[in-house]
Amino acid sequence: MAIDREQLLHVAHLARLELRDDEIERLEGQLNDILEAVSKVSELDLSDVPPTSHPLEVVNVWGNDEPEPCLSVEEALANAPEREGDFFKVPPGGAA
Amino acid sequence: MIDTLRLTAYEAARLLRNKEISGAELWEAYRRAIDEGDGELHCFLHVCDDPGGDGLPLAVKDVIGTEGIPTTAGSKILEGYVPVYDSTVVRRAKEGHGLRVLGKTNTDEFAMGSSTENSAFGPTHNPWDLSRVPGGSGGGSAAAVSAGLAPWALGSDTGGSIKQPSALCGNVGLRPTYGTVSRYGVVAFASSLDQVGPVARNVRDCAFLYSVIAGRDEQDSTTVDLPQPVELPEADDVRGLRIGVPKELNEAEGIEPGVAAAVQAAIAKLEELGAEVGECSLPLSVEYGMACYYLISPAEASSNLARYDGVRYGYRADAGERLEMYERTRDQGFGDEPKRRIMVGTYALSAGYYDAYYGQAQKVRTVIKREHDALFETFDALVSPTSPSVAFPLGARTADPIAMYLSDLLTIPSCMAGLPGLNVPCGLSEGLPVGLQLIGPQFAENTLFRIGHALEQAIGFDPVPERLRS
Repeated sequence: MAIDREQLLHVAHLARLELRDDEIERLEGQLNDILEAVSKVSELDLSDVPPTSHPLEVVNVWGNDEPEPCLSVEEALANAPEREGDFFKVPPGGAA
Repeated sequence: MIDTLRLTAYEAARLLRNKEISGAELWEAYRRAIDEGDGELHCFLHVCDDPGGDGLPLAVKDVIGTEGIPTTAGSKILEGYVPVYDSTVVRRAKEGHGLRVLGKTNTDEFAMGSSTENSAFGPTHNPWDLSRVPGGSGGGSAAAVSAGLAPWALGSDTGGSIKQPSALCGNVGLRPTYGTVSRYGVVAFASSLDQVGPVARNVRDCAFLYSVIAGRDEQDSTTVDLPQPVELPEADDVRGLRIGVPKELNEAEGIEPGVAAAVQAAIAKLEELGAEVGECSLPLSVEYGMACYYLISPAEASSNLARYDGVRYGYRADAGERLEMYERTRDQGFGDEPKRRIMVGTYALSAGYYDAYYGQAQKVRTVIKREHDALFETFDALVSPTSPSVAFPLGARTADPIAMYLSDLLTIPSCMAGLPGLNVPCGLSEGLPVGLQLIGPQFAENTLFRIGHALEQAIGFDPVPERLRS
């Protein structure tokens, strides 16, 4: 399975990456090499094998549903690139 | 005069306890070592001021969050980020044992790499040969410990980022059993694989640091309590232990002859020390491990790295409109390797490809886990080289992502299975350290420490880089 430029731009959009032209050029070749290498997994017939999403069998870890101390507003906003009052400030949405 | 090149954490703790040195003197010795040595090595991205007290200094990989101390994960997108809370591992190190964070060590960006060359802040150099890489992603921590710039360090390992740099720098590194060490406050790369672990100059120090950080954490629901406490290794023999030598991990294409020879000599030593050694096989794990890892880890990374959007912390690019701001921030903030992995992961998870790539890789993961489980019915531990090669020259693999990925060929399979792995130096090849990898069943860290310690005593490897010996 090879990835063409149109698919690459679609995936970049899904990942919210604005790629520059020189990056697109470079990535196209590299991604196809990587995808070819990882496609090796399809050689195996594993229709009867269950998937593993996690190496430990830990199930139903519950926490108490009680309020606990948490970050203050100032702490939460301490690293904000831009803020207004008690809010993170971002540019307007535009027509996306 | 404190010789930081030779001082073990165990010995430093004894000197402090007996008041032969003060906490301030010890801190000063490491700060001086950093001032003198780090210009050429570049292990540290940030060096701290002495917070006071008389605990041991601890170097911390820069993916591990530290309150009030910059944490960048080696990425421009986190430049200037200062966490407002400590990761659990750092909190435990500070509260339980008074350890003092000495500085933050260099890493491949978001721990993605095998040479530390993917750091946005420039590579770390190998203390044995400055023209070579220290391995990665935790090259900063490994090089700092080997060069005597820190008594010990914390690293993180997803597919080999503790074990492989320890192998290339000639020290001891543990990737713990998945779930034994909290990931709370650690910059996430691939959450079903990421584990924090210790890097030290010998096995005892490594075991002790593991005991400091391990155990269930309420803040990370994937953690569990250790079934038995950590035992500091004492015995000089390995009598009664059965050690398997998986053919595919020891005969893989690309293993350098000098690496294979050093590991074979160490295996012979294990037999002399009383182990029962037998050949065994991991037929599918090694052949399919890489492909499996390079689907699952990018898939998880693409999801974890979605949070870097320029809104709450980190870098933000100028843009008049929000979507443009997200996309430009991520383009300018991420380096090439995270972008590649985000792209591969997003593609592997996207509609129409999910089953063929991600779904299939999860099934391969089951196969890998089963193959390992089956061997542990016969063996207490498995042994192989940690890295197919000794430290390679800077720049040798940067142009070819797949060549770089193959650096982790031998460490990846057991990581996929969630198993603990210990790197122990076992000799030199071409004047550079060779690392031996010990893999155990889940929670078998004590067995690995025991084998590693006995081997360390028997081999007598000098962990001080030759060029730094006086």
